[in-house]
Amino acid sequence: MPQITYVQPSGVRRSIPVAPGATVMLTAVANDIAGIVAECGGAAMCATCHVYVDEKCLSLLPPVSEVENEMLDSAASGRRENSRLACQIAMPAGVEEIVVHIPATQN
Amino acid sequence: MDRVGVVIVGSGQGGAQVAASLRDEGYLEPILLVGEEQELPYQRPPLSKGYLTGKTPTQELALRSEGFYSSRAISLLIGQRGLRIDRAANQLVLESGRTVGYEHLVLATGARPRSLVVPGAELENVMSLRTYTDALAIHDRLQTARNVVVVGAGFIGLEVAVVANAMGRDVHVIEFADRALKRAVSREVGGFLVEALARRGAKFSFSTGISSLIGHNGKVAAILTSAGTTIAADLVVVGVGVQPNAELASEAGLKVDEGIVVDAQLRTSDPLISAIGDCARFPANFCSNLVRLESVQNAVDQARFVAMRLTKKIAADVKYDKLPWFWSDQGEYRLQIAGVCSSDDDVVIRGDISKGKFSVLRFRGESLTAVESINSAADHMAARKLLAEGASVSRSLAADASQKLSTIVHTS
Repeated sequence: MPQITYVQPSGVRRSIPVAPGATVMLTAVANDIAGIVAECGGAAMCATCHVYVDEKCLSLLPPVSEVENEMLDSAASGRRENSRLACQIAMPAGVEEIVVHIPATQN
Repeated sequence: MDRVGVVIVGSGQGGAQVAASLRDEGYLEPILLVGEEQELPYQRPPLSKGYLTGKTPTQELALRSEGFYSSRAISLLIGQRGLRIDRAANQLVLESGRTVGYEHLVLATGARPRSLVVPGAELENVMSLRTYTDALAIHDRLQTARNVVVVGAGFIGLEVAVVANAMGRDVHVIEFADRALKRAVSREVGGFLVEALARRGAKFSFSTGISSLIGHNGKVAAILTSAGTTIAADLVVVGVGVQPNAELASEAGLKVDEGIVVDAQLRTSDPLISAIGDCARFPANFCSNLVRLESVQNAVDQARFVAMRLTKKIAADVKYDKLPWFWSDQGEYRLQIAGVCSSDDDVVIRGDISKGKFSVLRFRGESLTAVESINSAADHMAARKLLAEGASVSRSLAADASQKLSTIVHTS
């Protein structure tokens, strides 16, 4: 089964099996993954579900929308090339694994 | 009698956050979270947006999984009301008769919608929106309704109107004030959103009250306005504001004045009892009067603050001073607000209203008080930073949308 792997700043990894279409944010919240705050509940209003997507997975995801782009600029941990909002990325069909790194802080 | 460390009354976003933050801050004593509703603590914002459209499924509303609470030794008592506070004994009496002793009590009791006080208000299909149960009922009625009347052009009213209009229903919004979102935003932003919805066919009547609701076989069939007009309605959604749930506090002799009155540390008039979120009126640096805010940000930030105070992560005299921010989904337009302004604060437009991407900056003298953004997330996020820092912003530079808002701070 496809999975989303979350890597904490400490290096601890946890993989959650998911169906295609599952968002990285909701999967984290449902499985009690620390460090994904998601204060606005997935409306791309708060930028507290910021993650760094593993470089190998980056091209598997749809591009950053204008709103996500503007919100990412203000993420509490600095924006990088591989920054995304976890609420805006869903497991694409046919992909086996997405790996995301959780930043040190969201607030 | 049970005895726990912190008892929290209210399992909304604020109450749930107090419990979670206490554990994050290393609090080790037992925690009891008591809530009237039957559901696990859930998000309210989608109820008037994605949940009504069917885009957000029920299972995505829960704030956290059931396992989250059990794994952190947070006792969750849902479907249970706090009946009475016995302050002399530091006890909360529950509806079931059970009594729980507390070292500290947090009131996160929220607010409830105001009802219309007119003949016919009790008719079937006249509804308010606050809870999951409310949203489920409105969602069901929207499937078959033809003429939807929304009473109140506030956030809830407009959000419901947007959804009903997008579903192809005939929508008529009736507002007592002379314009939409009068307490919340500038005339420019309120007017923009109304025009956008009116272009899609929704009707608006401002400066208009409701005289009565006319029924047929117990169900609403029409409304009669103060202007004497009859408008057909098979669903009426009432969004005319809320009143804070302060009875538990007032009956316990705590100070209540249009909300549970708290000090700058969010303590009620009893230092062993705090109040947060929609139910609490607190002193704020942006206003000379006490303020009561209804928002996720306010509930969550106040919850975190109380958790830090109770675990002594902040000094006892530190004041709560988080910058308020708000959002609303209005169809294709995202409204984001940073800060709180007075209705007579000046207006400076940034960007092009006709293009549907702009911000309205509110100034009082030379001070920036709030920024209302439509489809301008970058402005909103910059504004949150500027306002939190109390940065000085020049009006003329701020109006220049070719410059990023984050780069135009006065350095003088």
